[in-house]
Amino acid sequence: MRGGDVVRFGWRSLSSHRARTLLMVLAMAIGSASVVVLTSLGEGARRYVRDQFEALGTNLIVVFPGRAETSGGMGGVLSGRTPRDLTLDDALSLLQIRGVTSVMPLNLVAGEIWHSGRRRDIPVVGSTSELQHLWHLSMAQGHFLEAQDPRRAIPVCVIGSKVRDELFGTGPAVGEWVRIGDRRFRVVGVLAPKGQFVGLDIDELAIIPVTSAQMVFNLQSLLRVAIEVERHEDVKPVRDEVLKTLARRHDGEEDVTVVTEDAVASTFDKILLALTLAIGGIGSISLAVAGILIMNVMLVAVSQRTGEIGLLKAIGASPLQIRLLFIAEAAMLSAVGGVAGLAIGQAGSLAIRWIYPELPAYAPVWAVAASLGVALVTGILFSLLPARRAARLEAAAALARR
Amino acid sequence: MIRLRGIHRVFPVGEEKVHALRDVSLSVAPGEYLSIMGPSGSGKSTLLNIIGLLDRPDEGVYSIDGEDVTAFGDEEQSRVRREKIGFVFQFFHLVPRLTATENVELPLVLAGVPPGERAPAVARLLGEFGMSHRAQHRPDQLSGGERQRVAIARAMVMQPTAILADEPTGNLDQSTGKDVINLLEGVNARGVALVLVTHDPALGERARRRVRMIDGRIESDSGASEAR
Ligand SMILES: Nc1ncnc2c1ncn2[C@@H]1O[C@H](COP(=O)(O)OP(=O)(O)O)[C@@H](O)[C@H]1O
Ligand SMILES: [Mg+2]
Repeated sequence: MRGGDVVRFGWRSLSSHRARTLLMVLAMAIGSASVVVLTSLGEGARRYVRDQFEALGTNLIVVFPGRAETSGGMGGVLSGRTPRDLTLDDALSLLQIRGVTSVMPLNLVAGEIWHSGRRRDIPVVGSTSELQHLWHLSMAQGHFLEAQDPRRAIPVCVIGSKVRDELFGTGPAVGEWVRIGDRRFRVVGVLAPKGQFVGLDIDELAIIPVTSAQMVFNLQSLLRVAIEVERHEDVKPVRDEVLKTLARRHDGEEDVTVVTEDAVASTFDKILLALTLAIGGIGSISLAVAGILIMNVMLVAVSQRTGEIGLLKAIGASPLQIRLLFIAEAAMLSAVGGVAGLAIGQAGSLAIRWIYPELPAYAPVWAVAASLGVALVTGILFSLLPARRAARLEAAAALARR
Repeated sequence: MIRLRGIHRVFPVGEEKVHALRDVSLSVAPGEYLSIMGPSGSGKSTLLNIIGLLDRPDEGVYSIDGEDVTAFGDEEQSRVRREKIGFVFQFFHLVPRLTATENVELPLVLAGVPPGERAPAVARLLGEFGMSHRAQHRPDQLSGGERQRVAIARAMVMQPTAILADEPTGNLDQSTGKDVINLLEGVNARGVALVLVTHDPALGERARRRVRMIDGRIESDSGASEAR
């Protein structure tokens, strides 16, 4: 029997039982659509996190005060002990290390900002001029913190766009004075709107020089220090040198946590990939359910079609051919259902991207291929039993009935 | 040449055993016209199914053209059935979703004949049987007689050596039944052996050779050619 004829015969049989066929196609479609949507969510999360890390630059080393008990952790926060301070002097000493291009100390405090009687609770970032380049910040008005000695407390600040709107409305902001904590700062710039970045809403914060922040909020320690390295190959040696330098400064104690962005990024990547696989697996359970449905419906179909099967045998169909015809029907069902499911799934991912524009929810190619493959394989697998039953049917008995 | 020797067929029905065929021996020469008559339950259909390789005997030897087909496996038997046997049934057994043309074409499709060769063969047969105007109709749009014509065309399309017809008029009125028998006799006149099962004596008497079955045995056989 020719391939084209097998397909045509199966097609005629499927299209003559519309309701039954649609039911099975729908089951398959739901199965493969759920695989596509679920994996695109997982993959979206993975890409989102990876993009965030990439936005931070790849030649970055971050130092936290305190010793992490496990690698990849977030410093003393996890160890439960009060960490030794990581001071601005510690941070600046790292500039001596060969290969380091810049050092960016950072404090982050929940503070408040006042202007002519209006108050906003916002995160206040204490840092240096390097932060602009590191966080890819662009200005709507004015300029960023200027490069100067980080030890100097200069009363200037840069504010996010929403802060500007809320404090100044449509009036001018640059050049105006605001109060942060108990000190006055002159607004030198307004950030261009950016939204969420590294866990902060860039539009709703204020940035002041690091020493000013330490004075206003009475801070001894930095939250973290980001170190930018000239070349990616330098990350490892610089990391070791950072540990040594800080240990020397801290009486020989290794009491900081140094995280290279690669390590964190790859940990997140692994976690999210595992998550994607897991939810993809959950999705394929619905494919298996669809397979079982196909098997049941086909078993019923075989008993309804005994006359036809008997006839096919009488006109010379071999048991193998009968088997092939039934398996081909299941394969066609699964293929149509699988492709329909992919379309539905892609539409679903599109909807997710539309609702959450920051989540790049694209189903990975492997998941698309796998869901089609699994749909086909389950369809064929679960049709083997009905097909065998059809092939073994007693033709004589089947033909005796009308 | 069809040769059955000492054929037994026993169906287990619950605890009991039904002897559908008891020691049946029968030969059918090429081009022969043979009717099988007998009361209901005498084993006519069972015999026809064994001749058509749709059923296997429990005992005995069956050969076609000198080949012992009882020894054949299922795949090989279906090849013999496809090439040498044409079936016609009481209930027509057309595939309801397919047109007359497609139903007649089906054996060629199963045999893997290319579409280009199938179409003329099918059209020619439908024309011979006066069914050209019904070629694109589905079975539910055809009368009983027309359905049986389509079924006979389907049985003929592989140019078999024998047509096995099991009560082909059982579901038709008398005059339509006559037409169908005429058609089958016309096919036989072209050299295709015809084994016709019927319980209508008037039809059975038309055959040159008449076999009577009772209770799974051949009670009488008018064909003297039978050599034991
Ligand atoms: N598949 C079967 N299972 C059990 N008994 C059967 C089967 N087929 C036929 N028989 C029995 O065998 C006997 C002969 O049946 P059959 O060949 O159909 O008779 P006929 O065609 O002459 O009416 C009957 O008693 C029938 O009940
Ligand atoms: Mg019968």
